[in-house]
Amino acid sequence: MTKLAPVLSAHWDEKDSFTIEAYTRNGGYKASKKALAMDPDAVIQLVKDSGLRGRGGAGFPTGMKWGFIPQGDNKDHYLVVNADESEPGTCKDTPLLLANPHVLIEGCIIASHAIRAKHAFIYIRGEVTHVVRRLNQAIEDAYKAGHLGNGIELVLHVGAGAYICGEETALLDSLEGFRGQPRLRPPFPAIAGLYARPTVVNNVESIASVPAIIENGAEWYQAMGTEKSKGTTLYSLSGHVKNPGQFEAPLGITLREILELSGGIRAGHSLKFWTPGGSSTPLFTAQHLDVPLDYEGVSAAGSMLGTKALQIFDETTCVVRAVLRWTEFYKHESCGKCTPCREGTWWLVQILRDLENGKGTEADLAKLLDLCDNIMGRSFCALGDGATSPITSSIKYFREEYIAHLTLGACPFDPVASTLFEGAIK
Amino acid sequence: MSFTDKDLATMESIIKRYPRSRSAIMPLLHYVQSLAGYVTNDGIELIAKLLELETAEVTAVSTFYTQYKRKPVGDYHVGVCTNTLCAVMGGDAIFAGLKEHLGIENDGVTTDGKVSLEHIECNAACDYAPVVMANWEFYDNQTVQSAKDLVDGMRAGNPPAPTRGPNTLGTWKEASAVLAGINDGKANEGLQAGTPTLLGLKLSKEGK
Amino acid sequence: MTTMQEVEMISLVIDGFEVSVPKGTLVIRAAEKLGIQIPRFCDHPLLDPVGACRQCLVDIEINGRAFPKPQASCTIPVEPGMIVKTQLTSAVAEKAQRGVMELLLVNHPLDCPVCDKGGECPLQNQAMSNGQGETRFEGVKRTFQKPINISSQVLLDRERCVLCARCTRFSEQIASDPFITLNERGALQQVGIYENQPFESYFSGNAVQICPVGALTGASYRFRARPFDLVSTPSACEHCASGCDMRTDVRRGKTLRRLAGDDASVNEEWNCDKGRWAFKYVTALDRLTTPMVRNSDGVLVEASWPEALAVAAAGLSAHKSAVLVGGRATYEDAYGYSKFARIALGTNDIDFRARLSSDEEREFLAAHVVGSTTTYRDIDLADQVVLVAFEPEEESPIVFLRLNKAFRKRALKVKAIATKLSIGVEKLKGEFVKVAPGAEASALSSQTLTNKSLILVGERAAESAGLLSAVAALAQSSGAKIAWIPRRAGERGALEAGAIGNLLPGGRPVSDAAARVDIAAVWSTQSLPSENGKNSNEIIAAVHSGAIGALVVGGVDPLDNEASAQMLAALDKAFVVSLEIAPSAVTARANVILPVAAVTEKSGSFLNWEGRPRKFDAAVADTHNRSDLRILSMIADEMDRTISLATVTAAAKEIASLGRWDGAKSSLNKVSAATTPSLSPDQAIITSWRRLLDLGTLQAGEENLAATSRRTVAVISPKRADDLGIKDGDRLTISTQQGSVTLPALVEEIHDDAVWAPRNSRGSQLLSQLGVAHGAVVKVAKA
Repeated sequence: MTKLAPVLSAHWDEKDSFTIEAYTRNGGYKASKKALAMDPDAVIQLVKDSGLRGRGGAGFPTGMKWGFIPQGDNKDHYLVVNADESEPGTCKDTPLLLANPHVLIEGCIIASHAIRAKHAFIYIRGEVTHVVRRLNQAIEDAYKAGHLGNGIELVLHVGAGAYICGEETALLDSLEGFRGQPRLRPPFPAIAGLYARPTVVNNVESIASVPAIIENGAEWYQAMGTEKSKGTTLYSLSGHVKNPGQFEAPLGITLREILELSGGIRAGHSLKFWTPGGSSTPLFTAQHLDVPLDYEGVSAAGSMLGTKALQIFDETTCVVRAVLRWTEFYKHESCGKCTPCREGTWWLVQILRDLENGKGTEADLAKLLDLCDNIMGRSFCALGDGATSPITSSIKYFREEYIAHLTLGACPFDPVASTLFEGAIK
Repeated sequence: MSFTDKDLATMESIIKRYPRSRSAIMPLLHYVQSLAGYVTNDGIELIAKLLELETAEVTAVSTFYTQYKRKPVGDYHVGVCTNTLCAVMGGDAIFAGLKEHLGIENDGVTTDGKVSLEHIECNAACDYAPVVMANWEFYDNQTVQSAKDLVDGMRAGNPPAPTRGPNTLGTWKEASAVLAGINDGKANEGLQAGTPTLLGLKLSKEGK
Repeated sequence: MTTMQEVEMISLVIDGFEVSVPKGTLVIRAAEKLGIQIPRFCDHPLLDPVGACRQCLVDIEINGRAFPKPQASCTIPVEPGMIVKTQLTSAVAEKAQRGVMELLLVNHPLDCPVCDKGGECPLQNQAMSNGQGETRFEGVKRTFQKPINISSQVLLDRERCVLCARCTRFSEQIASDPFITLNERGALQQVGIYENQPFESYFSGNAVQICPVGALTGASYRFRARPFDLVSTPSACEHCASGCDMRTDVRRGKTLRRLAGDDASVNEEWNCDKGRWAFKYVTALDRLTTPMVRNSDGVLVEASWPEALAVAAAGLSAHKSAVLVGGRATYEDAYGYSKFARIALGTNDIDFRARLSSDEEREFLAAHVVGSTTTYRDIDLADQVVLVAFEPEEESPIVFLRLNKAFRKRALKVKAIATKLSIGVEKLKGEFVKVAPGAEASALSSQTLTNKSLILVGERAAESAGLLSAVAALAQSSGAKIAWIPRRAGERGALEAGAIGNLLPGGRPVSDAAARVDIAAVWSTQSLPSENGKNSNEIIAAVHSGAIGALVVGGVDPLDNEASAQMLAALDKAFVVSLEIAPSAVTARANVILPVAAVTEKSGSFLNWEGRPRKFDAAVADTHNRSDLRILSMIADEMDRTISLATVTAAAKEIASLGRWDGAKSSLNKVSAATTPSLSPDQAIITSWRRLLDLGTLQAGEENLAATSRRTVAVISPKRADDLGIKDGDRLTISTQQGSVTLPALVEEIHDDAVWAPRNSRGSQLLSQLGVAHGAVVKVAKA
């Protein structure tokens, strides 16, 4: 049985955990002091050695990303933290920033030093007023304490409602004051990112993981997790479970283990399907309960670790309805730049709406899959790919349920049964 | 509307945050919303002038992001998450219940101008589903009834406090100022974390 | 510079064929070299790659490593060892393209039968070649209110738009006029404007032309024709000296539209809206169709051609005569006037400069412009460009586009020696060297240039004494190149043709005996007049003094001159033979009126500012209208002094046989700048230029175009505004003894001593209303 391992979340239960006083009390800003005394390359090496990989979904080795920044090029470098947490089901960075914004700031200081950036930005989604407050205050306090402003400037940039800005090049365009549409790559951000300067874009959790790594060393971090997925991470459990919440554990824990220690599926119900890392990662079912939740394990089982957003749905949930709603989300959030995603999601929604209402034939399923094939890998960025994941994976595991809609001429599910307050409506 | 010298000074200070002025377009749009309630033509024209852009370029940006409103919203803008997980767990019922209760449709505003309603996408609080946002403050674990109570409180001028947020719910314009990066001194109010956030830590301390 | 450097070539294989292309070439264009057409919408060779439409997906493998998914060939530069499989050899690419095409059509209306693009539509064509016959889409299409005017001239049907962003990228990247943008998001993304700022770019028509569907249409062509009913003729633009290659589309003898042609070394694939849309003057003006002769009662009566020619010949033979020819004549026509003056009239008294001009300018043209080989390419290569009495966006828009390209691609440094900061210079982020009108010369003299620099000098330099001398001196001392860029399409050709008093054709100085012999030999005449001829002002004065008794006037608007009153009086006094397309102030005073062909009705060529021939054929045939050349030839025959130029071909051949003068050029006698006047508080110095879109005669009849012209304002500096108690929008009166104009004031970057107003816009026709346009002291007052 894998044990939980709170590192990022270690002090969240202290009432004032978000203040600079609490953070300092718990040893905060020691790691940055240590790192600033180190050669930047040594910091990069340490992070490389730790095995830390990107926690935003792609799992790219963080130290390697930092190492891509050209050194001695006499250009400004930038660090940009992606706090645009918007992937459906994903809810880890938001509570982290509410409870401990300073750990991100300290991580920014260390990372900026490592990549020789004098300017760092945190791009946070705009729909979280209180998190913005906390972060802004924390930045102010870090300036007052002298952690910021002595060679490293940090600016909080607040988004305004666009999922696509979680895509790193769209984020950069947005931060530059444009519409948040993805950029052509190459050039990659490491060469020409923000303001066409070498830029590292990292997820909140990745950067927030850095201070502990500096403080405790690469070996300490390496010792946690699995062979290629090192360290601890936040698993966000939501949906039809008895006790949803944040579970920080070494990479490689399984959903079965998380469910067991947290209390399982809600009483009287059983697991039907779940996402390992947000709605863009292909669905899993009960047969995947023992898949190790690390980058390789989830990938080998046909999905992606993504943001470790474990959305749990029990047997009361209509998978067609669930997938339709996600597809509506992708349609709403498609930036409009490329044809397959823009027009494809428009069409997908119409087909799925019909299917959910029991209209259509089995041939529509073939059409739906072919359409997904024409979107997947044809779009400008991963949003279009992600839009197809719930559709193709749900048809793979629940084809019969789609057909049941068509046979019945309607959705066979009672939407009330899946709510948490059955009987409380109407 | 006209902008005061103080407004202009604030806008200049927002622009100065960035190495390149154009980056300030988003906080400036939030700031215009904090003054006017929505993105007005005056606001677009002023931002264009301050950033040396064409008005079309500002329009292009302002229409891309859903938080920028083209017409006035209520003092309290309510967003009901109807992305899959919240929808399934009750978000759809809450949204339907509020529409009926308020007598408005999606993107509608009550005639008293107090409450506007919008269904929103995932707001990163899935462990608190179903979630309702008001002026982008968290109202966790909602039911149809709690949501109706919430909007009733808004219309009566005493909305309940957010579950994870400041001690009182501010107005849309006040929230917009925060999003423009203006410190309202309320960062230390409210919980550091709710129960689900702390669950893993608690279990770990119990030896799990 | 890098022009002559070896270009590194890259070899790759496309659909089994090896091809070698310069490094940096995009796969889609490498395929074109093999004749393999990969379908595309957003791709445009002159715009930055965007990869948005995804129509051009192909399979790519590099050194055995295959990309996991098909790639947009419009965004990928070639690499050595690359193996590309297009739709022709890859089932994956073929399916990807079919898939994208199907998706593009999901929301596209099936309104091809009523769409202006139908028949010449890339979407229609590629749907036929790369799409499938039947759609599988059974849902609801996106609809919008249609069409919406994004300017008075451009309409947008949003439901037809495939969101390729060519139009918005053009506006931003080429014109630097981002007045149209992609707005909204996702499936609702759409091209749009800010509601209070229409798409009033001087270049908006290009966005219409490069739209790959029928989403953008021009108001003047909308619902007017089907492409297959049109007869297209390659043509050249007659509006300015930029020299755009054009295409003129005619149906049943009427021009319906004009498009920018493709000439990589001149206009690339662009033109300006005036060149595109101002063509109705040919039919809108009340055209002269029959010769007319003034009878003994002083009344103009219709006459037969033989009769009119006889009267003209007799009148010209009876007097000492001179020629005034406007700057819009074709090269061949100008050559006709030049030869006519020398052979038929026996004089060098000829001047093509029907505008403000000077003797300093005439000497400058002979010393530094005639035969000059400076080209657009010199803009591409310059280390810095100085603009002197020249506003490229207003006065030669393709020069502006080329400067803008150099600015955007390599941050070309532009410096404007000017009285007022212009929109164009602002867009080029040019350095504005602010001078008082008349003080340009001394400001220019203090500039430091190199032998890689380029001085672009406009025709308005003649309005500031000493300025052209300063240009010549600066070029001399620095080694910088000079390009003289007149506004009118015919001026450079007229200069080369010798339609000026100090030069014979081919840049031969009148004062040079050998040069005269050259010409006399080809013209089969004993000798040519050896004295430099009079300039246009001197010709007018000579009419008044009685030294000249007759004038041949072709394409001249007397109101284009400060001395318009004297000019009109001279026309009243002299025996005047007028060659014109439409009645004018000259017609009213002429003794013989000979109607001529408009540009679209004849063949010929212009020499653009570079001196580059811009040939064109008659777009509208069989009008029976004759070119000036032909008519001059007939008059000469009638006078028994034949010039033997019956056809344009004959003229072109003769010009070619003359060749260029390779002897010494005449020199420019340095002229000193005038001292700037001291002003009383209610006085200012007038300065002005013509806007691209204004009341120019050749813009007649196109109201939609006129409605996109810039606002007529009078510009003063903040300091003067304070002094006069004026703020933006107040009305300002500018007055002289001759008259006044009252305009809304605009407080802007301009020299404190100056007041600017457009020279020939609605409500502000300075030459006729004030009698002055640059450098003169005027009164200014709050109205």
